[in-house]
Amino acid sequence: MTDQGKSIVANNNLWVGTLVRSREASLVLLILALTATTNILNPRFLSPQSLKDLMLNVSIIALLVLGQTVIILMRQIDLSISSIVGITAFLSGTLFVNHPGIPNLVVVLIAVGAGLALGAVNAALIAWGKIPALITTLGTLYIFRGADYAWVHGRQVNAVNVPGSFLAVGTSTCLGIPLLTWIVLILLALFSIGLRQYRTGREFYAIGSNPGAAVLAGINVNRRVATGFLISGVIAGLAGALWLARFGTVDATAGEGIELSVITSTVVGGVAITGGVGTVVGAVLGALLLSVFSSTLVFLRVPSFWQQAFQGAMLLLAIAMDAYLAHRHALRSRVKWSHV
Amino acid sequence: MSENESSTRRLARRLSWEAILGALLLIAISGGGFINKDFLTAENWANLLANFVEIALMALPLSLIVITNEIDLSVASILGLSSCLLGLLWEFKCPMPAAIVICLFAGALCGALNGFLIVRFRLPSLAVTIGTLALFRGFAFILLGDTAVADFPPEYAAFGLGVIAHTFVPAPFAIFIFLAIVFWVVLHHTTIGRSLYSVGGNQTAAFFSGVNIHRLKMLLFICSGTISALAGIIYTFRFSSSRADNGTGFELSAIAAVFLGGVMVQGGKGTITGVVLSLLLIGIINNVLTLADVSNEILRIVTGSLLILSVLLPNLIASTRERWRFMRRQREIAAPV
Amino acid sequence: MNNPMNQSITIKIAALILSLTILGTTSHGEEKEIKKGLKIAFVPKNINNPYNVIETGGSMVACKEMGVEGKVVGPSDPSASSQVSYINTLITQRESAIVLAANDPNALIPYLKRAMDQKIKVVTMDSDTAPEGRSIFVNQATSEGIGRGQVQMLAKEINNQGEIAILSATPNATNQNTWIKFMQEELQKPEYKGMKLVKIAYGNDEDQKSFTETQGLLQAYPNLKGIISPTTVGVAAAARYLSTSPLKGKVALVGLGTPNQMREFVKDGTVKEFALWSPADLGYLAAYAAAQLASGNIEGKEGETFTAGKLGSRTIGKDGVVILGPPTVFTAENIDQFNF
Repeated sequence: MTDQGKSIVANNNLWVGTLVRSREASLVLLILALTATTNILNPRFLSPQSLKDLMLNVSIIALLVLGQTVIILMRQIDLSISSIVGITAFLSGTLFVNHPGIPNLVVVLIAVGAGLALGAVNAALIAWGKIPALITTLGTLYIFRGADYAWVHGRQVNAVNVPGSFLAVGTSTCLGIPLLTWIVLILLALFSIGLRQYRTGREFYAIGSNPGAAVLAGINVNRRVATGFLISGVIAGLAGALWLARFGTVDATAGEGIELSVITSTVVGGVAITGGVGTVVGAVLGALLLSVFSSTLVFLRVPSFWQQAFQGAMLLLAIAMDAYLAHRHALRSRVKWSHV
Repeated sequence: MSENESSTRRLARRLSWEAILGALLLIAISGGGFINKDFLTAENWANLLANFVEIALMALPLSLIVITNEIDLSVASILGLSSCLLGLLWEFKCPMPAAIVICLFAGALCGALNGFLIVRFRLPSLAVTIGTLALFRGFAFILLGDTAVADFPPEYAAFGLGVIAHTFVPAPFAIFIFLAIVFWVVLHHTTIGRSLYSVGGNQTAAFFSGVNIHRLKMLLFICSGTISALAGIIYTFRFSSSRADNGTGFELSAIAAVFLGGVMVQGGKGTITGVVLSLLLIGIINNVLTLADVSNEILRIVTGSLLILSVLLPNLIASTRERWRFMRRQREIAAPV
Repeated sequence: MNNPMNQSITIKIAALILSLTILGTTSHGEEKEIKKGLKIAFVPKNINNPYNVIETGGSMVACKEMGVEGKVVGPSDPSASSQVSYINTLITQRESAIVLAANDPNALIPYLKRAMDQKIKVVTMDSDTAPEGRSIFVNQATSEGIGRGQVQMLAKEINNQGEIAILSATPNATNQNTWIKFMQEELQKPEYKGMKLVKIAYGNDEDQKSFTETQGLLQAYPNLKGIISPTTVGVAAAARYLSTSPLKGKVALVGLGTPNQMREFVKDGTVKEFALWSPADLGYLAAYAAAQLASGNIEGKEGETFTAGKLGSRTIGKDGVVILGPPTVFTAENIDQFNF
């Protein structure tokens, strides 16, 4: 083969490679392909109502994914978010029940404050108690949920007791997009800019890529890790308040088990569980992909009992493919370097 | 005065996590006996031990996995899958011994899938086993759906419920005791055990010192799958019930027990003795609190707090020790002047 | 160490004296007395479900009336294995009777048999075990009546025509599965040949899961005409989804729900009618049945009669089943008369 031919092939590969390597692009492609296929098989997949439901379904998970991304970037993990959501969701509900006429914003602020306080418990134990995040947040997952159960104990907040203006956040739309989704999109933009442009944001990446080097570079690792868990707590508190707006009914079990969906979304979205790699946009796209996928299973009338297995297989496929592409990329760049 | 101090220091140095767990265990047992007269009865102990036998079984291989700085979250799903498979095979008139062997083999296969993805694709075990947690549970639901199998042969059910003659030790718990001894020997008295610690401590160093890391991890995950399947079989006989949701959420309890037992999440450290002590401690505390009519909600808080304290306390002890050492050095430097 | 023996002898003597007095009173045709010093424990499916809280609340009222020491214990997750550890503990605590809503029809049997061997009376309510595991099952209404009644109710609303779906609790819930079996039998009748059961979905008795499952049902089956949700959590979540969707009033929803949870949906026209017995009365009746058993006044044989406070007298039917009575049907007209 001539040199020219070789370079054309290489060029082609480079272009495709860049596209595939950009996690966000490949996620968007996957989402589009999945949507198109499902829509051909069942044209109501893209009906306005089903799109609205899809956006609402993904919103709260996507919101939590923002906080989790910051954590995982630093090679940490936060399992306790689902319990924080449970507590703050019920807290928001009881505020409406016990203080009729309380402004919505005050309720949201209190929920966020509670989330911050619970996040501070994690932050203190991890940053200053020197307990690994996995253990701390597994522990607080139990403790916060236990406290939630002990406090709520079979009570329930019903939609009747929540003002319509608050529930509207979970139902009404603006420019065809639900308000709840707008909130997530705005926060996504803020997080994305913050992580990319600001020093603090870059430091999160530095800590995850190489904690030792981060210390040597003069980054206050403890403080950044603590900040991360505070952010995660705040986000979970906000998600709790929005949970109430979305579902209207809240009991002690609100949010149970969503920590796994959130982590799964984050990982599928290309945030490496080993830290330092990934973007919030990718992570939110990961959440969207999983949501579209489970919606597809419903539309294609896959029996309920098969859905869990499909979702597990999907996660494995996503991370395996990711590793494969990264591996090939690494091999190719090694080859390229050897030519130089 | 100084002699006194040095003896405290010596005590502190010897105060290993196992010793603390042992002391806590004694306090829990005597406290339990003091609070409730029913606590120290043979009947209660038989129930107490039987209650956590599945979690205890899964915690053994899990300890070794955590020592090598990996994790397996799929254990409880393998338990559920094996329970469903056993029920289904029995319904299709498969002889019970053959069904048991097939289930163990299926468990080994599940473990091999975990191991394959983690070792060959170099994927993080946390992500892989979150995936297989859903996958294996999904298989269980595909196998049995909303049905349940319950008509297991009485002799097997009797094994699940029975105790060893003349003791209060439940028959399934005897299997755990046997396996705990095997794991103890393997981890603390064989080269395999030493390689496990070295892999957890420093993977690269272990590689260059000739440890076949891939094969070791593969074996560990297969072992974990097989023993989780065994736990599934025991669960099935203990409750004469094979259902897709059997054992949901057990993985967190098993992991909590491993961490509480002093196995470090960063790998390289931990003992089987510690894990066994922590299993007993959790089981006893649960039992004592239940006997005292403390609500289930509080039990969760206690479990979570124990988990956090299990790391916080050794950390505090270590930092105190560090401070002592620092003070002693200061004094030594100061002395000649 | 001799204490328990002495105790049991004194109890036996007391029982002898009591039974003599009871014999004396019955000959006069009066109510049989409840023994003094009884201890009854109530084990619901899980302690956080609002329905279960109302139910055991009724039990505790009955205990107070009878002068019986009652307590509610149980797991926070609705699984059989966690109920077993409570049953074992209650055996050790030598309760006079255990009243239980079983999470599995078979898994608890060996442990309940062990309880009965130790002279502890076992009563199930709400959700039964196989008959050998208990003396009496206090059923809401006949399972057959509940199942068939739901189909009849829905058929009336949709004129016996169209696709229907069921939104159940967990895939293994005993009572729901029994009712569904009778629903399917009822649907075999020729008058329902225009109705087709297209799917049984499982909301796991979680509000959020039931909500999204309803959404999925409507998306996957656009011609769906009606939904039956025989669980209080499911029917409330389904109603909430329907009430904010364009399909409100077009898709019929019937089920078993509590009036307080369903009030607004009946008033806004999402739901025309639904049914439920009084959960508190069910718990109340079960407490009386257990106390009468433990007092030796009845043995759980077919044809025996016992009195249950405000509910009057009940006769034990085949297989030890006691029926509370036909469920109440709630509509916009009568719903305001109920508060639970």
